[in-house]
Amino acid sequence: MSAPAQQFKHDAERLTRDLRHRSLIQTSLKKYEAARDAKKSRYRDWQSARQTAAEIKWDAINHLDTYLEEFVSKLEDRGSRVHWASTSEQARQIILGIIREKNARSIIKSKVMTGEEIHLNEALEKAGLTVVESDFGEYIVQLRHEAPYHFVFPAMHLVREEISELFQERLGSKPTNDPEELMMIARQVLRDKYITADVGITGANFAIAETGMISITENEGNARLTCALPKVHIALMGIEKVIPKLEDLALFLPMLATAGAGQALTCYNSLYSGPRQPGETDGPEEFHLVLLDNKRTHLLADAEQRDALHCIRCGACLNVCPIYRNVGGHTYGTTYQGPIGSVITPYLRGLQSWKHLSYASSLCGACTEACPVKIDLHHHLLQSRRNATAQRPIWWERFAFKGFAFVMNRPVLIGLATRLARVGQKFHPLINGTRLDPARAWTRSRELPSVSKQTFKEFWKSRTK
Amino acid sequence: MNERENIFGRIREALRVKAPVPGSHDSKRGGADGQTVSEAEAAKHIPEWLPPVGETFDQRVELFRENALDLKAEFQLLDDPREMEAQISGLAVREGWKKVASHSGELTDRACAVLAMPRLVADRDYDIRELESCDAGISECEALIAQTGSVLVSSRSSGGRALSVLPPHHIVLARREQLLPDLPAAFALLRSKYASDYPSLISFITGPSRTGDIERILVLGAHGPKKLTILCV
Repeated sequence: MSAPAQQFKHDAERLTRDLRHRSLIQTSLKKYEAARDAKKSRYRDWQSARQTAAEIKWDAINHLDTYLEEFVSKLEDRGSRVHWASTSEQARQIILGIIREKNARSIIKSKVMTGEEIHLNEALEKAGLTVVESDFGEYIVQLRHEAPYHFVFPAMHLVREEISELFQERLGSKPTNDPEELMMIARQVLRDKYITADVGITGANFAIAETGMISITENEGNARLTCALPKVHIALMGIEKVIPKLEDLALFLPMLATAGAGQALTCYNSLYSGPRQPGETDGPEEFHLVLLDNKRTHLLADAEQRDALHCIRCGACLNVCPIYRNVGGHTYGTTYQGPIGSVITPYLRGLQSWKHLSYASSLCGACTEACPVKIDLHHHLLQSRRNATAQRPIWWERFAFKGFAFVMNRPVLIGLATRLARVGQKFHPLINGTRLDPARAWTRSRELPSVSKQTFKEFWKSRTK
Repeated sequence: MNERENIFGRIREALRVKAPVPGSHDSKRGGADGQTVSEAEAAKHIPEWLPPVGETFDQRVELFRENALDLKAEFQLLDDPREMEAQISGLAVREGWKKVASHSGELTDRACAVLAMPRLVADRDYDIRELESCDAGISECEALIAQTGSVLVSSRSSGGRALSVLPPHHIVLARREQLLPDLPAAFALLRSKYASDYPSLISFITGPSRTGDIERILVLGAHGPKKLTILCV
């Protein structure tokens, strides 16, 4: 078993037993579900909206080269600088290079999942720079030296008492359990950081090919400030974020908000098309866009699962996933958690080390149903299982299935096996759950179903006598 | 420049194999191999799927009002610009404003003229710390959107990037004819107005700044304004 698989199993076992954790997550997600359903019901036709969104994304991803070229040339026309990174390391070096060139010391960040993906904060801190996360949830997990628990709700696993303690310890604030007061503490601290920061780093939710704009979706206003106050704005995004036309946002912005957070539209949806333009009085002097591949083209090359690149990172599939809801976000050990993370991580980090994630699913299909861009998530998990075994067959599994097929094809052997099992189960309690138990993987947490006293064949015979 | 070519090379290589069209795993909608879909065809239908917005001005104002209420924003439809002036003076007294920020515009100039207090004008060079100390930011907008209760602002219509997000209370002054039915109409407006030269910031503001990061409990006034007041004349 790979190290990530062992870690997953260990953490999953621990957290499914943690009833406090489970009830916290369930309560949060029930609130989300109620809000989402209320907002979804206002659409004239949510299912058709999903189909349209999927078709637009299909067009975008299957003509990615054309749209990327258009997007980049439009951006450069307006005085933006575009950088290309094939790997995480290249992306980190590009960003460090820009920061060094500007002699910048302090950096303010709004939520950037690609930043988590390339471990940007660690690299910047190692270079002696100060980096502050401005999204409230991200700020909390940064103070705790933790990874985000959920790529939309980073601090969903914490209760207010824990956040209050954290602020007392790290910021010297007064004790309070009022969420509003806690937010005010962070607001005060961060206000000063925005004003004094030399560089602002953001992500992007969409890139519009036709107009050369990036679109950022948020609720707090932290991205708005990050893009308004520092002199340099660096945006880091995956190459798959491009959509063809400005008007496509009329569909994607509300769907992202509804599926992601149960809102009609999030509080701020902002389009940026470069640095401060002639005649404008504020905004950054420079705008840099870093386009990241980091194995996205590897996923693109698999036509069967290519639609996983349609993802708009709303997090709806995590929210409805019975596995996510029980094992929690940190257990995955990935940047992107839940079903979408289980589909894309094997492409980003290696199939053999991360194939266990495709088994972290009951294949119930709730994720596929929830996805606003109709990614065929649960089938992709099945395909990943197939791909992993095809790439590296497991000899004993093959042997076991061959044996199973051999027996099942021979009625005499089935009868014999049933009779043996009936005798064998009498002795099972002696070894139940111990190392000697051949069914240990099952019996450690479940009861072994007993073999029926009579087979159907025996029953049929006794009936016709 | 080299990485750019590498990435494009990998993309083109990957795209040599066609992907199944969306919905082909879904028996009801089915799609055969070799089929294709396009943005141009799909996007035509966007307005048909989004929430309904009503036909008349009155219905749309009502919808905007409902949405604003839901978002905890203040919305008033006023009959006369003088009522707008009265509203602004009232707010200034109630909230004890000492200084406001604004930009030059017909409505903003008119509103600020009734306030006997210093005014920072954000469409000239200004100091960020001074803007931060203002009690309210008063701006005009590009449009109001009934469907979502949003205010559409841009760096050109609303005094740059920071005015609408830094002060604790954002006051939007709009005209009746700026009320648009839905999001597609808002994008159509942007295109017709700016297609050759877009403002560097365009933002849909939907309610006062908020967070749900603590136990999914709604808190208003995260990093942006705690209050949003929309006065429409």
